[in-house]
Amino acid sequence: MEANKVKELITAGLTVSHVEVADTTGTGDHFSAVVVSDDFKELSLVEQHQLVYKTLGNHLTNEIHALQLKTFSKSAWEKINLED
Amino acid sequence: MEMKEQIINDIETNSIILYMKGTKEMPMCGFSNSVVQVLDHYGVEYKDVNVLTDPMIRVKLSEHSGWPTIPQLFVDGKLIGGADITMELHNNGELLDVLDITTED
Repeated sequence: MEANKVKELITAGLTVSHVEVADTTGTGDHFSAVVVSDDFKELSLVEQHQLVYKTLGNHLTNEIHALQLKTFSKSAWEKINLED
Repeated sequence: MEMKEQIINDIETNSIILYMKGTKEMPMCGFSNSVVQVLDHYGVEYKDVNVLTDPMIRVKLSEHSGWPTIPQLFVDGKLIGGADITMELHNNGELLDVLDITTED
């Protein structure tokens, strides 16, 4: 699967304000992603990651073997980018 | 005991349990290894379960936890997360609280 397809699936399933997906091994099955969404507000990290996993359904574990995730609410993301 | 009951029982009776690929002595995946390294860093006792010994462990575990990937770390019966969350909680210091470790200076 291509990184862009992963991005499409996440974007289709969540209200996101920012998504980055990278193919970490170049083999189309290991990805890393940064996802910023207001849907994450007041959720635990586990719940935030579960929301992202849900958008990928069976693709995760079938075609996608690993997905490194960083999730941020919109305000947390803005704060981090201000600090940079 | 059926596999699902066994998993639920293990999660409830071990205060820290890590489902991983390989064993804590010999992790078979970088993500599992990173969680092992973090737990060893804190010197806590934990049970490891190698999901590679039986493919059904992984299927039943994910059904129970709603978490699709391995590793999965549970503390006091609660899913803490996989490798990314464990690393994040380690880096921001929250894992100390999660593992209920008091630092002595």
